[in-house]
Amino acid sequence: MALFEARNIHKRFGSRVVLENISLSFEAGQVSGIMGPNGAGKSTCFHVLTGQHKPDRGEVTFDGQRISGLPPQRIARMGVSRSFQLMNLFDDTVVIENVMLALPAFRARRLHAMAAVFSDRVLIDQALAVLDQVGLAGRAWDAAASLSYGDRRALEIAVALAAEPRILFLDEPTSGLGIEATRRLAQLVKRLRDRYTIVMIEHDMRFLFELADRISVIHWGQVIAEGPPAQLADNKWVRRSTLAEATHA
Amino acid sequence: MISLSDIPARPAAWITLPMVVLATVLLATPWLLPAVGLYQYLGIEIAIWIIFALGFNLLFGYTGLHSFGHGAYLGIGAYAFGLFQHNVAVSLWGGLLAAVLTAGVAGALVGAFLSHRRGIYYALLTIGFGQIFWFLAMKLHRVTGGEDGLLGIPRPPLTLGSWQVALTDNRALFYFAAALLLIVVVLGWRLANSPFGRVLQAIRQNETRARFVGYEVWRFKWAVFTLSAILAGLAGSLLAMAQQGAYPDVMSLHQSGLVVMMVLVGGGLVSFWGPVLGVVFYFVARDVLGGLTETWLLWYGLIFMAMVILRPEGLAGMLHGLSRRRPRLQPAPAPATEAA
Ligand SMILES: Nc1ncnc2c1ncn2[C@@H]1O[C@H](COP(=O)(O)OP(=O)(O)O)[C@@H](O)[C@H]1O
Ligand SMILES: [Mg+2]
Repeated sequence: MALFEARNIHKRFGSRVVLENISLSFEAGQVSGIMGPNGAGKSTCFHVLTGQHKPDRGEVTFDGQRISGLPPQRIARMGVSRSFQLMNLFDDTVVIENVMLALPAFRARRLHAMAAVFSDRVLIDQALAVLDQVGLAGRAWDAAASLSYGDRRALEIAVALAAEPRILFLDEPTSGLGIEATRRLAQLVKRLRDRYTIVMIEHDMRFLFELADRISVIHWGQVIAEGPPAQLADNKWVRRSTLAEATHA
Repeated sequence: MISLSDIPARPAAWITLPMVVLATVLLATPWLLPAVGLYQYLGIEIAIWIIFALGFNLLFGYTGLHSFGHGAYLGIGAYAFGLFQHNVAVSLWGGLLAAVLTAGVAGALVGAFLSHRRGIYYALLTIGFGQIFWFLAMKLHRVTGGEDGLLGIPRPPLTLGSWQVALTDNRALFYFAAALLLIVVVLGWRLANSPFGRVLQAIRQNETRARFVGYEVWRFKWAVFTLSAILAGLAGSLLAMAQQGAYPDVMSLHQSGLVVMMVLVGGGLVSFWGPVLGVVFYFVARDVLGGLTETWLLWYGLIFMAMVILRPEGLAGMLHGLSRRRPRLQPAPAPATEAA
């Protein structure tokens, strides 16, 4: 059985059906990609999988356990981490604290009201190690709000990694990044793929085809195609959008 | 703009320089006040309101939860202290404990209703509950004395083992309140930089993200509401001793708004010390402006508005700005970089 499965998920907002009978499964150790046009329901799908929204119908299981209906904090504590398409950081503090707060070791200390966070070597060292993975260790004590857009994207990922997840959901990690930053991010994902199970929404086809083991295409709230990249390259919709991307470029 | 969270305190000393300054000022207050033409009772009032405001700011500034009915818990503490003296025993520690427990239980109950709410709904509910408590204080005549208040609350002596000292003198009561205030300051500062305190601040910054990294946000909201009610109860017990009575007016919407104004003017949104500055400023303005003109509250209101518009970071932010303008000898080295 796959590590993470969604079966027959339906989700609507009012009368607007956003997800219609979506089934997806993500194998442990693989990089799974999700693509599809804007407004197809990809982010909503992530929201349902990670607990932000309850599905109207259908079931989500993680490691054989049903998680649909659980609140996001419960799902997160089981080892499901995510980044957000619109960045979601702790902006009033330093870079390192964004990561510290997500560490399981920090969570274990959450009721300590008289211990000092910023002289706790264990927390600081663990957070620095995570920041190092995304190349931000040198910016640890800078204000999170002072980071460049690309570095903030990297920090988003670092926060997700800090939780020591068993599965990592990334929502459009390259969105808004330039060529160079996208290349660096691709290298990061390559390094992470050996250690994590990754699910990634991505509109940058080249990026996704290079990294993903399997890709699902979502359109109109449904999975319209699925398979390894090589197989999908022939798909009508994929060809049309790669073509469109090529002519844009 | 600077913020409460952007300067992590490290290394973690229990006692910091501002605390030493505060302790020194408190020690000297009984001499300072008469020297500038003010009276001893003012010191007590200030100490009480600082305790109240510091507790309030854990909720307001640190967690970003807007309570506009917090006077209720100050009042509950005062009544509980008085009722304990009248009906159980004349005892300082007994009264303090009764006040803290009663306010804590009230806060815990209200907090349980509030903690799943956000934004305007949260704020409106705090007002609603505050009004309910105020109404009860007014109407439960036989218990609270209604509009006239609960009168004749004694100031029990302070006993520590075999050592005993009377608190009937305003100077003695001031020192007792100041000692409690210092304890609240030391523990409060500690808490603000502890994992628990940093989670509170994370919730203020981004509640959604706090959930997605695994925190049960509503439990933290509940805990901090209860804690701030407990501190309000402590302040309330001192108020009952100071006034030798407990009155419903501290529970009114007006008084609950006052603590919000004090904290904002002082800079509670950007500094731990904001509530301290704000309370001192308010009372000094009251007595100094109040000595000059009947309409001092109008002037205070105008200062408040100017502050909100021009200097939302308050007095603490202005002080911080001054200290930043001075060139630093050396950029503070991050103790952690050698490990990177
Ligand atoms: N909370 C919501 N309420 C109503 N409509 C929503 C909500 N979230 C998303 N939608 C709608 O669902 C559709 C899919 O959105 P989204 O999942 O963000 O698309 P994608 O990530 O594929 O670009 C969009 O039409 C969007 O307007
Ligand atoms: Mg999206």
